[in-house]
Amino acid sequence: MPDPTHPADAQRSPEPGSRHADSGARHLEAIARGERVVSDTHAELAVETAVLETSAFQLWYGAAQALHQISMVVPEGKITALIGPSGCGKSTLLRSVNRMNDLIDSVRIAGDMRLRGESIYDPRVNVIELRKRMGMVFQKSNPFPMSIHENVVYPLRIDGVRDRRVLEEVCERSLRGAALWDEAKDRLHQSALGLSGGQQQRLCIARAIAAEPEVLLMDEPCSALDPIATSKIEELMEALRGEYTILIVTHNMQQASRVSDYTAFMYLGRLVEYGPTDRIFTNPHLQATQDYITGRFG
Amino acid sequence: MMPPAAAPRAPSPAPGGASRRRLIKPGVSLTAQGEPVVWLMGGCLALSLVMILGLLALVLWQGGGTFWPVPVAQMRTVDGASLAGEVTRTERYHPRPEEVDALPPEARQPARAALAAAGGVSIRRLVRTGNFDLTNTHFTWVSDFQIAQESRPEWMLVIERMAWGRFYGTPTALVLDGKPGAQTPGQVWERFQEYHGAARRRWRERRALELHAVGRVNRRLEAGRLELRQVELSHGRASPAYAAQEAALARLQSGMDVEFAALRGKIDALNAENKRYRLRVTAADGREQSIPLADIVRAYPANRLGPWQRLGVYLDRWWEFLSDEPREANSEGGVMPAIFGTVAMTLIMSLFVVPFGVLAALYLREYAKSGPMVSAVRVAINNLAGVPSIVFGVFGLGFFSYIVGVGIDQLFFAPKLPTPTYGTGGLLWAALTLALLTLPVVIVATEEALAAVPNSMREGSYACGASKWQTIERIVLPRALPGIITGVILAMARGAGEVAPLMLVGAVKLAPELPVDTVPPFLHLERSFMHLGFHIFDLGFQSQNSEAAKPMVFTTTLLLIAIVALLNLFAVWLRARLRRRFTAHQF
Repeated sequence: MPDPTHPADAQRSPEPGSRHADSGARHLEAIARGERVVSDTHAELAVETAVLETSAFQLWYGAAQALHQISMVVPEGKITALIGPSGCGKSTLLRSVNRMNDLIDSVRIAGDMRLRGESIYDPRVNVIELRKRMGMVFQKSNPFPMSIHENVVYPLRIDGVRDRRVLEEVCERSLRGAALWDEAKDRLHQSALGLSGGQQQRLCIARAIAAEPEVLLMDEPCSALDPIATSKIEELMEALRGEYTILIVTHNMQQASRVSDYTAFMYLGRLVEYGPTDRIFTNPHLQATQDYITGRFG
Repeated sequence: MMPPAAAPRAPSPAPGGASRRRLIKPGVSLTAQGEPVVWLMGGCLALSLVMILGLLALVLWQGGGTFWPVPVAQMRTVDGASLAGEVTRTERYHPRPEEVDALPPEARQPARAALAAAGGVSIRRLVRTGNFDLTNTHFTWVSDFQIAQESRPEWMLVIERMAWGRFYGTPTALVLDGKPGAQTPGQVWERFQEYHGAARRRWRERRALELHAVGRVNRRLEAGRLELRQVELSHGRASPAYAAQEAALARLQSGMDVEFAALRGKIDALNAENKRYRLRVTAADGREQSIPLADIVRAYPANRLGPWQRLGVYLDRWWEFLSDEPREANSEGGVMPAIFGTVAMTLIMSLFVVPFGVLAALYLREYAKSGPMVSAVRVAINNLAGVPSIVFGVFGLGFFSYIVGVGIDQLFFAPKLPTPTYGTGGLLWAALTLALLTLPVVIVATEEALAAVPNSMREGSYACGASKWQTIERIVLPRALPGIITGVILAMARGAGEVAPLMLVGAVKLAPELPVDTVPPFLHLERSFMHLGFHIFDLGFQSQNSEAAKPMVFTTTLLLIAIVALLNLFAVWLRARLRRRFTAHQF
């Protein structure tokens, strides 16, 4: 039985002969056929402190299974990137962490996730309290139709915080944290919709960190941005490293290699390989991962 | 390109093929480009615009010109009669031979000659001759061949009276205490202006006394009688309580009699003062009439007015129209009670329909699990929007008035029975009926507005740890507000223009009292009320003096259109303002 606190131990190392030239294709075909293929989780993850763990997590949209037996840990204070071709379940996995999938009627799940050892899917869990422990940034920036200030302090407002001093402090800290303070400090009470696309996304990051979450979930935060705005967000993630545990979904391989500490490669709803980013990008255990990184498929 | 070797062998197919190819090229073909469809669409749009503009122009022209003072023409006909009045309409027609035969013998020949020269066509004019108390008619058709002489006498006055309609005549004297003074028309006119304002003020004072002070006395008496009836209902006629109450009522009665006598005295004094002033006028046919100054609403020498004075009379009439009560079976005076009733009814209707509609739509869109049940409800709501409005009127009468209202009467207004209080048509039931009628509009508009709020915003809010209601309250509703307001205003415009159901549930030809006044509880929801839409119907089809009422129909229509347009403009402005706040500059 796998030890839930050390899922990495539970994963068998791949067989030494698994890196043949065509073994990658065969591996992925096996996944496509629905065979149970064991994920390859690198040993380095075992020494990290896990903030978030999933154990044999499965998810269905109606009859279609979107996630198969995902077992992984998200280490504290590190940036973990989820990569993989479109439709592989990266975003679904991310949205399962703060139970955003609850909003979809047809979703069913099996297995469990734990945030600092507490079950996320326990029926007794208050979803709203759970979500307050996590921040989330979406693919398309979604500032609310209100002022910049109100956008940032929204998580506090819904908690009923009314003290203006506290709100202003949080607003400034979060905007500084999201590297938006200098641009926004003179227009805090103007509509957030007047900001540029990149600024709007940084505003969403400021909003996500306003309540000091334990985990920051980012769902392709740069896919709708131009390169300059993207590099600003990446710098920002650099700055947040260590302070926040970040789980990021990205389609941009360079971005994953630039910003993340760990990278998980997913395919068709399964975790294929998960390890330190430099290993995954330079010398992955599996040929399938190598093929995807080098652009031979996907 | 064709290879050069092939050209001499088959020279003819090349140009033919090219031209055929050009014909079927999609960029050139008419049908493929959709060109005729564009013409069709443009034509339909143009036709719609022409119809709308035509309607507006007609209403604007007919309604806007009603109050413009036109000159008064005096005509002497060939048979020696004389008449004066305002020309309201002119038309060409073919006179029947009998009409010419009816002329005096010496006038027939010239008339026949003139008719023959014009190809049998003559022109006739509809003259508003007024003086109904003398002639028993308001309007007369006059054909051109009947006129011997036409003039515009300088001192022909147009006199608008409280009763009997307009009077056209030359002032001959201002009668003060039975003694005629001021001999020339100019002097009479000066004296008239001197006294008229004060007489009208006294008249208004008297009317206010009658309406409010006497009304107050009557209300206290009525309350006393109701108390007595209440005691009778609960204790019986033989009880000591009834005797005590009867005595109290008698005391009240005597006290009120004293107060009433005092009021009567004041009113009589005002009446007596007003009786002293009369204007003696001679009509075109030479008959004299003496009109009390207090009964004259407005008088002006129509043929002496300069453009600015005309404009003054015009604006004064508009002001009277907007601010005064109707008289002469609604064909004269103002429509203020109808404006008031329309606005009050629409506002009360909105008070009911907005919360109901918005909450229902919120549940349907945000909470209800989509399935056959919700779809069925949605279909039902859309069908409700298509139900003929008179059906709602029947429902309002049958349910609100006769079931709910009668129940309320039996519970709370038993002493007044059998006179119904709520058990008949009234402002509240009309507002509720129209609220039902406009509910689908609000629900559909709100649902659409809610559906238009991007899901990403809801997700962003949920991800921040907001509950469903917090998300709706703070994110969804503010964002959907412009659309919701649009729906509300559409509903209000629909409600303001609706007539058919109102005829059943409370709109009346003439309401003696406004539904809002200074008598507690200030808002009288049980009262019947006047409504502009119903007023138009009443003017157009129920009026005895239909020629005089016709221009008022257009003027009232103009007013109704203006009110609805104002409501819509307000909505557009509000929506634009809110949109700017919520959705500016996406990228």
